[in-house]
Amino acid sequence: MSSVVTEAAAPPPLRDAPVATRRRRSFASRALTPRAPVSRTVALIAGVSVWLVVLLVWSILTYGGVMPDIFLPTPSAVVMRTISVIQDGSIWPNIWASVQVILLGFFISSIVAVPLGMLMGTFRLVQSALEPIVNFIRYLPVTAFVPLFILWIGLGLSQRVAIIIFGTFFQQIVMIMDVVRTVPEDMLNASYTLGASRKDVLLHVLLPAARPGIIDTLRITMGWAWTYLVVAELVAASSGLGYMSMQAMRGFEVDVIFMAIGIIGLLGLITDSFFRLLRLRFAGWAQ
Amino acid sequence: MSAVLTSEPRQTAGTGRLQARHVELSYVTGKQTTLALDGVSFEVADKEFAVIVGPSGCGKSSLLYLAAGLIDVTGGEIVVGGKPVDGPGLDRGMVFQAYTLFPWLTVAENIEFGPRRRGVPAKERREIVAHYLSEVGLVAFAQHYPKQLSGGMKQRVAIARALANDPQILLMDEPFGALDSQTRSVMQKLLLRVWEHTHKTVLFVTHDIDEAVLLGDRVHVMTARPGRMKETIDVPIPRPRSLEMVMDPEFIAIKRRILHLLQDEIDEDH
Repeated sequence: MSSVVTEAAAPPPLRDAPVATRRRRSFASRALTPRAPVSRTVALIAGVSVWLVVLLVWSILTYGGVMPDIFLPTPSAVVMRTISVIQDGSIWPNIWASVQVILLGFFISSIVAVPLGMLMGTFRLVQSALEPIVNFIRYLPVTAFVPLFILWIGLGLSQRVAIIIFGTFFQQIVMIMDVVRTVPEDMLNASYTLGASRKDVLLHVLLPAARPGIIDTLRITMGWAWTYLVVAELVAASSGLGYMSMQAMRGFEVDVIFMAIGIIGLLGLITDSFFRLLRLRFAGWAQ
Repeated sequence: MSAVLTSEPRQTAGTGRLQARHVELSYVTGKQTTLALDGVSFEVADKEFAVIVGPSGCGKSSLLYLAAGLIDVTGGEIVVGGKPVDGPGLDRGMVFQAYTLFPWLTVAENIEFGPRRRGVPAKERREIVAHYLSEVGLVAFAQHYPKQLSGGMKQRVAIARALANDPQILLMDEPFGALDSQTRSVMQKLLLRVWEHTHKTVLFVTHDIDEAVLLGDRVHVMTARPGRMKETIDVPIPRPRSLEMVMDPEFIAIKRRILHLLQDEIDEDH
């Protein structure tokens, strides 16, 4: 009898609350649970496998002779081609030509769009004045302006830079305006009650508050800039990665087209990582 | 609530006495004009803890924004320290219901914001920050960022940040409204303690009657929209007050009175 009493009085075994996730469950059950986390190893294996599958299908199609190699090059042909253009150095002027255009266009666009977008987001008068025309231009397809730019500016570097600016600028200012406008009203009110002047609010509240959003905007529009670059180079250029692809098409050198696409993807990845780092460094608090 | 700012903040000496005289506030939306406050008059003595309660939508928060100078009256005036309110000023600090900490600044930097804008030298700023950090019990969190803090901690920083400017009056707009009831009690206790130390004039808006009676020297009860002053009730409960006092018969009697006053308003509304 007494032993029963002590047993009943003993505290039940302690368990932490989320028992379900602690229990060993089958891999399939975890994988099929919405939003259930997966381990780093599993994530890595999954990510690499998809690349391997793409490579495998590509290999079967080419080495297996399903697709003629004038339409689809073998993976090794693309690799060999890349090595050879690196060795004879003919790739560098093309990469440099593209990078130069994109950096110039993107820089000129951003240096104007960031302060202008800030002003539009801060002052209703500036917004009222600029928003209607900006929204009109924003929806015009950039490609429609290529002939016009060629007529006005010619076929040189500045024409391609102009296309990048035209493609990114109007998107950037609207996005940056929205970033500034979403800073909570009460955060501004709090600043005023703390003794901030209007200039303080612009420089010490709106600007830092908008910083993560501004960097995100730059990162997103940088991706678009690459698209406009290739458009510009396909139409009118004498060097660059897009120009290379165009020339390769004429000579049925599909491996070169594949290589150019690969390089653009790689450069895009590099610029994207740059903006990720920038955000971490200058807006780490918003991670 | 959109803030219409007509002037830069100004510094005013003087006492923390606040007088609202026939304050009127109307909004124009499209063709319709809504009267939010209709001839509100009341007075808060220097170093008094005044509370405003009223049904939701009665304009009690607007009254605080008017006192802060963040919006302008459309009639009457609010006088603080002998001068009519005309824009925000360092004599009036405010704590908002929403979290308004600057997320890019640490806790210490948030508290430092006001003194820094005022041009207080660095050494003095450090002393101010250290003082108010200990006042709200967040010394260990000086280098944390707001997103690392709980809701209660955020509001403690907001109180410290407002006090760091050493205002005459602290305006508090339902500062604990978003907190769970336990955190809320902790914050009420903390505010009572801080107020005993600093003894500022406080104008506190809430819809929680317990909170109003526990904190206030006087409770101003407002009517439903358009907001008018319905009645002012003295709270003669001795200080220092503790959370246990909510069980005292005297506390309950005052609470019942306010409840009845508010009940009339809510019934009329529905």
